[in-house]
Amino acid sequence: MTELCTKNVTVRVGRATLVEAASFTLRSGELVALLGPNGAGKTTLLRAALGLGRLSAGSATLDGAATARLSSMERARRVGYLPQVRPLAWPNTVRDVVALGRFAYGAALGRLRARDAEAVDRAVAACDLANLAHRRTDTLSGGELARVHCARAFAAEAPLLIADEPTAALDLRHQFQVMDLLRRFVDAGGGVLVVLHDVGLAVRFADRLIWMKDGAILADGSPEETLTADRIRTVYGMHARVERQGAEWSVRIEGVV
Amino acid sequence: MTASGLNLALVTAAVVVLVAACFLGTTPMGAPRVLAAFLGQAPVGDSLVVWHIRLPRALAAFVVGAALGASGAAMQGLLRNPLAEPGVLGVSASASLGATFVLYYGFADAWGYSVPVAAITGASAASALIALVAVHTSSVVTLILVGVGLSSFAGAAMSLLMNLAPNPFSLADMVNWMLGSVANRSVNDLALAAPFMAIGLAILFATRRGLSALTLGEEAAVGVGLDLRRQRLAVVLGTGLATGAAVAIAGAIGFVGIIAPHIVRPRVGHDPARSLLPSALLAGVVLVLADIAVRLLPTSSELKLGVVAAFIGAPVFIWITLQRRAVRD
Repeated sequence: MTELCTKNVTVRVGRATLVEAASFTLRSGELVALLGPNGAGKTTLLRAALGLGRLSAGSATLDGAATARLSSMERARRVGYLPQVRPLAWPNTVRDVVALGRFAYGAALGRLRARDAEAVDRAVAACDLANLAHRRTDTLSGGELARVHCARAFAAEAPLLIADEPTAALDLRHQFQVMDLLRRFVDAGGGVLVVLHDVGLAVRFADRLIWMKDGAILADGSPEETLTADRIRTVYGMHARVERQGAEWSVRIEGVV
Repeated sequence: MTASGLNLALVTAAVVVLVAACFLGTTPMGAPRVLAAFLGQAPVGDSLVVWHIRLPRALAAFVVGAALGASGAAMQGLLRNPLAEPGVLGVSASASLGATFVLYYGFADAWGYSVPVAAITGASAASALIALVAVHTSSVVTLILVGVGLSSFAGAAMSLLMNLAPNPFSLADMVNWMLGSVANRSVNDLALAAPFMAIGLAILFATRRGLSALTLGEEAAVGVGLDLRRQRLAVVLGTGLATGAAVAIAGAIGFVGIIAPHIVRPRVGHDPARSLLPSALLAGVVLVLADIAVRLLPTSSELKLGVVAAFIGAPVFIWITLQRRAVRD
């Protein structure tokens, strides 16, 4: 059981407060969606939790140890981090890019040790990339590339994974595919914190929703506890209709407040 | 061809061109005489030509090329830009400035080593400044812009020194040196630069896994476990030392640092780590070949290596730029 925990994290840059007294916990075995409008401080909070940004106040710990004090490799072996996707610098093969997920274990491209090669194979298979393994990444579609990045994160075989908008710029089918992959990772015992902009997608896949606005966490709990039309209006400034039938939620966005 | 196959081929090529460089030159010497000199059974004159003129010169061209090639490959990996080169961070220009300064004040006559020492000092000062910036900024663009500024400043300062040159001879000295050449380099010139170059190259090779990780972009590289700050620092220092030592030996020689990695990259799966060694070897081979051409061309006064390198390199550079625009941007 791995546990990533922030307590009253505050991040200030100059006079601006990007994150204010944010506390959350991410454990193995749960899929948590982080929701909030652009500029709410989601990415800043994630980076702070990972120990990548400076905290103005509060603490971020991984199993009790401050994340900022972990070495980069140590941290990467315990929490995978999938930032918002940027174009790759070079047209490497798919397998090489997935193999970069083993960086924290000392893997060098082109001469992987057996243990690393097996982890890469597993990740490639899990993300259904076997047919593309030797393709150059500049020949892939956006959806295929998103799967490559997921595979790269899975190859690290870290117990926790933080993914920042992994479904951005994907069509519906590929959004579902990516969320399916994350769900399977969680069902196999992992823990995922994922930033999403689609409330419907979040409620469909996540066990817990964290709602952020203006740098603060407004609510943190299961969809039953936190998903209301009121919440969507407060957080996004949008009128919405929220209905629930059994385990099925329907969220219909109706217009700007 | 695999990466190791490519390396083997390039090592073979390096040996072949280095030996060939010893057989060719302006002094007509038949193959048997050169062979005898190699084996130590030739008259003093012949072994002097082979051991003290041709071989050091060929070796100088090779190590300068290797340092520039490895530095180029590393910079391109760090900055994720195929147009990056050792000069891009202003380290070459600063090394040149150091050497020009010494030539201006005529220290070079008083103490022969002052030029290389000044070049390495200039390079180290520049790389230290860049390293300082690298630690305090997370932006590669800032880093490049600081390099551009540093290059421009060093260029301006060099122009000023040439403008104020006390006599035509010291001006000629500076111009000659700025054009870049490995003519008349001795074993001592090599020996002085060697430790700096060796340390620089060792540092660059130690960073190679990080260069692979940077393919993903900086944030994602951090995500897979790269210590970005240390990586930047190491590449900047390694490049500073290797490039500074190269400039110390041969003066300013451009473009091999861009072109060698560009040719090598598609053959090693576009991996910056695997392109480091072959880039170094290829750039070394290219410079030795260019230097052989310089020696054999029947011109009234010998062409400078830097001039020939620029004449071949600049068009290729433009071609790479245009291709890149067509494909990616």
